[in-house]
Amino acid sequence: MSDSVIDATGLSLNFQTHDGIIEALKDVNLNIRRGEFISLIGPSGCGKTTFLRVVAALEKPTSGTITVNGMTPDAARKARSYGYVFQAAGLYPWRTILANVQLPLEIMGFEQRERFSRAQSALDLVGLSGFENRFPWQLSGGMQQRASIARALAFDADILLMDEPFGALDEIVRDRLNEQLLELWRKTGKTIGFVTHSIPEAVYLSTRIIVMSPRPGRITSIIDSRLPTERPLEIRDSPEFIAIAQQVRSSLRSGSGHD
Amino acid sequence: MIRTVFASLLPVLAITSMILAVWYVGAFILNSKWSEDQAARAGIQLTLGELITDTMSQDRPRLAAPHQVTIELWNSVIEKKITSKRSLVFHGWVTLSATMLGFVIGTALGIILAVGIVHDRAMSLGVMPWAIASQAIPILALAPMIIVVLHSVGLSGLFPKAIISAYLSFFPVVVGMVTGLRSPDIISMDLLHTYAANRWQIFWKLRFPTSLPYLFTSLKVGIAASLVGAIVGELPTGAVAGLGARLLVGSYYGQTIQIWSALFAAAALAALLVGVIGLTQRLTLRRMGMTP
Repeated sequence: MSDSVIDATGLSLNFQTHDGIIEALKDVNLNIRRGEFISLIGPSGCGKTTFLRVVAALEKPTSGTITVNGMTPDAARKARSYGYVFQAAGLYPWRTILANVQLPLEIMGFEQRERFSRAQSALDLVGLSGFENRFPWQLSGGMQQRASIARALAFDADILLMDEPFGALDEIVRDRLNEQLLELWRKTGKTIGFVTHSIPEAVYLSTRIIVMSPRPGRITSIIDSRLPTERPLEIRDSPEFIAIAQQVRSSLRSGSGHD
Repeated sequence: MIRTVFASLLPVLAITSMILAVWYVGAFILNSKWSEDQAARAGIQLTLGELITDTMSQDRPRLAAPHQVTIELWNSVIEKKITSKRSLVFHGWVTLSATMLGFVIGTALGIILAVGIVHDRAMSLGVMPWAIASQAIPILALAPMIIVVLHSVGLSGLFPKAIISAYLSFFPVVVGMVTGLRSPDIISMDLLHTYAANRWQIFWKLRFPTSLPYLFTSLKVGIAASLVGAIVGELPTGAVAGLGARLLVGSYYGQTIQIWSALFAAAALAALLVGVIGLTQRLTLRRMGMTP
């Protein structure tokens, strides 16, 4: 498939711990196409974050193959193919918001003027213009996470990998950020891989939902969302939304096996 | 405003007056034997008042009284011309210059070693035990050796003292900076990894800024150690000049008042140096936006 962005076949990853080997990923097959919004959902220990980290070349698979933009994950990392958003904002406290967003651009060797205009437009995209010269501690948790998304967008990689980016935020802030993220996705047409353990969040955001289960971490089902691309928050009360949410919930339940 | 200043001053004053009280009592007890012996030799019976007066005004008391030290400090700091060999400012400057040079050398060495230890596995295994061992040797035993060795290659005066000073001050910098350079959290490191940043970039963009609070703390310990090193370095050099020389000469001739005033001068100098670093720390971290 020519528009395949992330292609994993028979992917397994074992961690060696004191208690023996943990199968974080076992025989994961997943093909993510350009422009998709993919959510990975499952209980903790199901390997959803590990999968994202393998895509980002932050972990090495034990066996199987994976390509990102047709390259190995490490080559894709060096080609700066993706922006990664972590669970915590991870802004550098000694840098202003603008300087934080410019960080990847400095490392990638962009010229100063280009750095400024790119950082500025990334901040516009997440609604943080006017906060350029603030330091991270002067911003709320939600704004900090938005700044970290701007940082991931600044160098315009066409893949965005997000590891429970809103997990630590309260529900009101999370709703608003979900809305903004969807709008951002529509505007930019990026391919997004999104890890969450919230069913409503996964259903609201995604074009496809990957349900995973732990011990060993594997994909139990893949659910296509039939929701329209235009999604106001109220869509969560629609029968279609609830039906998909139920489908996700029941496959989460069947996947975990023993409860 | 005045209230808060007073409130914070009160405990300081309370402790200071307690120390002074204990000190005076101590001076009376320790010095009274000599006063009584002198009186007995002269066949005089001292009243309590006379005894107290005498214990507070001996030329070579066992324990100099606070006001004696204060007067000596006043005389040797303010009254004497600073070019005079009897001026504590002159001696303080001699010690300070060795301290500063030693501090700069020690800090540079400490940072370089820490950078090596953090980036190179062989260095991390090989250097740290030696650094620790170096501090296990009493500096008082090592200082004369350093001076002899350096003298035989034609180095004398300021430089050997600075080396001893550096020998003491590099260690806290190594320990602090190794911790500081390793202190970035996993997310911050992973982030740079996703940008395919090289080691140089990781160092300047992340490791070094993160380590600055650790560096300043180490520098405070390091500069005090530098001063001790410079003073120790002055002891075996024949006591020509410097606070160390004042201490040594004082002990040769039993000039306890002179020893005490040199000790206080050293303490004041240490407080000043640590204070300057503390101020630099505050200004730097505020400029970096790290202190709200």
